[in-house]
This record gives sequence, structure tokens and C-alpha cells, in this order.
Amino acid sequence: MTEAPTSPPSDGAANTGARVLGLYRQLLLIRRAEERLITMFADGEVPGFIHLSVGQEAVSVGVMSALGAQDTIASTHRGHGHAIAKGLPLDGFFAELLARDEGLCRGRGGSMHVADMSVGMLGANGIVGAGLSIALGSALAHKRLGREQVAVAFFGDGALAEGLLHECMNMAALWRLPLLFVCENNGWSEFLPSSKQISFALADLARAYGIPHTRIDGNDVVAVADAAADIVGAVRAGGPAVLECMTTRVRGHFEGDAQKYRDPDDLDALGPLDPIRVAALLLAGLGVEDAALKAVADEVESRIEAAVEAARKGHDPDFAAAYADVYSPAEAV
Amino acid sequence: MAEVRYLHAVNRALADALTADPAVVVFGEDVSEAGGSFGATRGLRGRFGEDRVFDTPISEAAIAGAAVGAALSGLRPVFEIMFMDFTTLVMDAMVNQAAKARFMFGGQSSVPLVMRTPHGGGLGAGPQHSQCLEAWFAHVPGLKVVCPSDPSSAYGLLRAAIEDPNPVVVVENKALYAMKGELPDTPEPMTIGRARTLRTGRDLSFVTYGAAVHTCMAAARDLAAEGIEAEVIDLLSLQPWDFDAVLASVSRTHRLVVVHEAVEAFGPGAEIAARMALDGFDELDAPIMRVGAPFMPVPFSKALEGAYIPSAAAVVNAARRVLA
Ligand SMILES: Cc1ncc(C[n+]2csc(CCOP(=O)(O)OP(=O)(O)O)c2C)c(N)n1
Repeated sequence: MTEAPTSPPSDGAANTGARVLGLYRQLLLIRRAEERLITMFADGEVPGFIHLSVGQEAVSVGVMSALGAQDTIASTHRGHGHAIAKGLPLDGFFAELLARDEGLCRGRGGSMHVADMSVGMLGANGIVGAGLSIALGSALAHKRLGREQVAVAFFGDGALAEGLLHECMNMAALWRLPLLFVCENNGWSEFLPSSKQISFALADLARAYGIPHTRIDGNDVVAVADAAADIVGAVRAGGPAVLECMTTRVRGHFEGDAQKYRDPDDLDALGPLDPIRVAALLLAGLGVEDAALKAVADEVESRIEAAVEAARKGHDPDFAAAYADVYSPAEAV
Repeated sequence: MAEVRYLHAVNRALADALTADPAVVVFGEDVSEAGGSFGATRGLRGRFGEDRVFDTPISEAAIAGAAVGAALSGLRPVFEIMFMDFTTLVMDAMVNQAAKARFMFGGQSSVPLVMRTPHGGGLGAGPQHSQCLEAWFAHVPGLKVVCPSDPSSAYGLLRAAIEDPNPVVVVENKALYAMKGELPDTPEPMTIGRARTLRTGRDLSFVTYGAAVHTCMAAARDLAAEGIEAEVIDLLSLQPWDFDAVLASVSRTHRLVVVHEAVEAFGPGAEIAARMALDGFDELDAPIMRVGAPFMPVPFSKALEGAYIPSAAAVVNAARRVLA
């Protein structure tokens, strides 16, 4: 968390206003969607647990900007940003979080299991680290089927302590799989700082497996996007890589966690690191007018409002239909 | 019709599946170059190449998890876990990922993977290489579990498992690998969930699977010498299991003994007995008996292991009790 990024911050030289505005739109979409969830959760409209990615949006947006629709991702318990950035429909997303039959997973998965196979989103995951091996297998399939696609495994720094990460890094390196490991290093795993849990640096681990490692400022969406573009190209050409994004968890571990274990000053210090603020400053530097930002904000707001309203009109899922989906019918593949 | 060994039937099923569907891949520890710890995959790498039959590191959790991701991304992975005891390490991938993916993603995806693994004692392999853990998997909605008992079912069930769109656990019995039996010249996949009647009889029913099938057949022969005719139902599949076939048999014989090598406590027999006690109550003339291993780890010593694995004598005793 305290280590400096290994790549320089984006200087904006290669940036056009239009490109950054596009990234900004995605950042805002995720942020506003999650802010909407905060109030709906507080109102009791969203059941279960939700883990918000507020402060970490630049990782999702930057990485996904380098992926195509056919590339696959496996996500985590904190997966809203990954899902939205991968392009799954907002209506289906909100309907799922509201446990509606119209939800992407027909109200059976909820926040921790959102998936959309049609956009290569292989699922959020309630098990820390589990997405790593799913992405590994997806990368294996891409390679064996001769597809020029990559798989991306998102994981938090807490997952560094899971043995599965080590198994997957070894296999990915051994078999030169088109797999990008993206660590969202927010310094926390639940209520403990990762410094109390992890005895090594990810860079050193990657080196041990012979996998290239890049550490970047994960709150700078352009830095993430630039790094991801380079790295995904190399991964696609053959071989895994690790992208470690230093980022900030602003909300509690889950919604409703008051973060009593955290120093309020540390939380206040996160303000300047807000990826949306960082992107807005960059846009100002590129001469993009406030009016353009306002237009993006309005557009995002109305998209979310429409999705929420649609989700609210949805139906409770049908028990018999759910029961019928425990097994695939014989003709399915 | 040729006589082949159980292991050969497994090998033939893998070869035929690899031939039939280019999406099938076979992987696991030592399955490629070495041809498998027991030899089940021998020769496959030579025929199908290293891209389709490959060795993995000793990483059971990642092997199983990769199978899930591969199955979600267009392959039909068949992986081997060298001993069923080591499936302790694949539980997250099998239980939380493979079994749930279809359901929790709203039916978007199927997960056509197969885990092959040998269970069972008899080889003096000790407490960590002999366990029968199939009940763990049969307990999980979304998984299927099959247990072939001879070469033809080893072939037919493995082919069916690979063709099935669901995650299927194929539990082979390592003590049966050398067993010989008939295999048709052009064998066919079987239907998962269907039992077969190996022997008909009017006096009682043995319901069993895996190696215990042969124990029951021996017990039935011993009983026949005394004029007692036992029916032997080989379940072949534990999840789903053939409720109708078992109930039909109980309706003919009115007495039921469920036999398996797995420990008796909380074993598959408990489920079958409970269902029959409910739905077959009117047909039963005696309490249902279970015969399974005692509630202890599988011991190493031949003397101990011999006493541990349910014997034909134990099955005969149980038969006498339900007939008394
Ligand atoms: C295997 C497993 N162990 C524990 C948990 C409970 N748990 C959920 S999230 C979490 C912390 C994960 O930390 P990290 O990977 O850094 O992600 P972050 O929450 O910081 O995004 C824990 C311990 C779990 N879901 N799965």
C-alpha cells in the first residue's frame, strides 16, 4: 500500500479529451450506480450483503478499456465495477440486486454472483480467490480452442494469502496462458490491514513465478488504461502478467460496516485520491469544458434512474423455475 | 464382445470421447507422459497430442477450478484426481463453483466437466488413500455422481458423464481396475440415473454400487445355496439414484438391505433407507438394514482392512436378520 507505483503517472500526452471523457463516463456510471445502491440498501430495498467498489472504479474501467467483448473476466465479492465496466446491461444488473426474475441471474445470485456470459463476465464470487482458477481455466480454453482472447482474474490483496493464487500463478506461467492477474490492492482485507496478513510483495511473488509484474496508481484511470493496453497486448500474444493496482477502499468492507477500526484521518486523506476527481482534473487540463462533464453526469444519472425504475417494476422469481435450473437438461452444452 | 479389464474400459471411453468431440480435454497429475498413476490414460497422449491430454502440477484446487473456467469457456474438461482422498482439496471448485454456476447465474451456463477419481480399499493403501467419499458429492445439488462396478459400466458411465452438460463425479473403485468383464465391440454411453438388476430373487433386495456389488453377488450365491433368493440391484448412479428401480424391487421382495463400502454413518445407504421407509413403507415386511464400513478411518493392516471392508458374510448376516 505504501510502496510507490513502478510506472510513472499518466502525463496526458497521449490523451485526447474524448478518450478520457469516455473513461470518465464509465467511472461515473459505476460510482453513481453504487451510490444508488447505498441508499436502496439503507432503505432495505437491496437484500443480502453488498461490497462496494467506491474508490476503486479506475481499476475496472481502465482494465476493461483494454478488453474486447470476447475476452473473459472472473470477478470477486467486490465486483459491481467489473460487471458494469465489462458492459453488462444496467437493467439486468439492478434487477439482479433487487432479486427480481428479470435480473441477469434471475434473482438467484445477487450482488456476489452477478454474471453475464454474453459479455464474458464469468461471475462475481463469494469465495475469496476462487475467480483465479476460473480465469485460469478460461484462459486455458482460449488457448486450446485457438482463440485470440485473454482472461482476466480480478482479486484483492487479501487473496494473496490463499494457496490457490500460488497454484494458479505457477500453472499460468508453466503453460504460458493468456491470463492477466489484476490485483486490486486497497490495503485491506475485511477489517485487518493486509500488512498484518501478507508477508511478501506481489512483485516478488510474480518474479518467483517468472511472471512480469507492473505496479501502477490504480486511482488514475488513464494510468490503468495505458498499462492495461500494453499488458493485455502482451498477454494476448502469449503469457501471463500481473497488474497490481494500488487503490483505495472508501466504504466499509460491506455496506453497513462503520469502519470503527479505521483512523478517520486516513479516510479523509482519501479525498484527493478519488479516481473521479483525478480524472476530472485531467479533463480540465485537457481543456474539456465543465458543460461536457455535466452532460455526462446527466446522461449517467438518467440511465441509472431508468434501470432502477425498471428493476423496481420487476417480478419475484418463480420457485419452480429456479428448481428446474439446478441441472442442465441433457441437450444443453 | 471382448473381455477387457475395467481400466481398459476407462481408457477406451476416454479415447472414444476424445475422438467424438474436439472440445474434450483430459488432464491431471501424471495422466499424460506417464499415462496415469493407475494407467487409465495410457497411450492417449500419443494418439491425441499434448494439447488435449496434458499433465498438471500437483495442484488439485487449481486443477478443479480451471476445469470450471474451461467448461464455462467452451471446453469439456475431464480431470483425474489420483485418489478420492485428495478431493478434499477440490471442494471449493466442485461445491461452490461447478455445482452452483448454472443455478446461481440464472441458467445462463452449463458446466460440462468430469472429475474421475478412484475410491475404495483392499490394496492396503491406508487411511489417506482408500476412502469412499462419494456421499459428500451426492449431497450437493448441482453435481451428479456415478459409480461403475464393472468394465461395461466403467465405459458407459464415463462416456455419459462426458456427454452430460452438468458437472459429474465418476467414482471408480481401484480394487476393480484389474477386473475383467465383457465390453461390446461398439460400446454405448449409458443413461445416468438408471440402476440395473444383476440378479432377480423373490426373498429380499440388495441395493448396492461399486465394488460392493460383487460382495452382494457372492452373498446372494451363498444364500441361494440355502434356497434364499436375493435380488441384486446395482445402482450405478448415486446422484441421481434410481428410486423407481429400488421401489420396484422392494415391492417384489418386501425386504431391503443397502450395502456399500463407504462408512455406514450418514452414508448413501441412509438416504436410500429413509426414502424407502417413507415411500416403500407399505411394501416392507421387515426393517431396512444397512451394511457399510464401521465408523473409523480405513486401516492399513490387511488384517484390519479385511475386517473393515463389508464382507459377503456380513451381507449374508444382514439378509438373515431381515428374513428373521
Ligand atoms: C475463502 C473465503 N474466506 C473468507 C471469506 C470472507 N471474506 C470475504 S471478503 C474478505 C476479505 C477479502 O479481502 P481482499 O481480497 O483484499 O478484497 P477487498 O475486500 O479488500 O476488496 C474475506 C475475508 C470469503 N468470502 N471466502
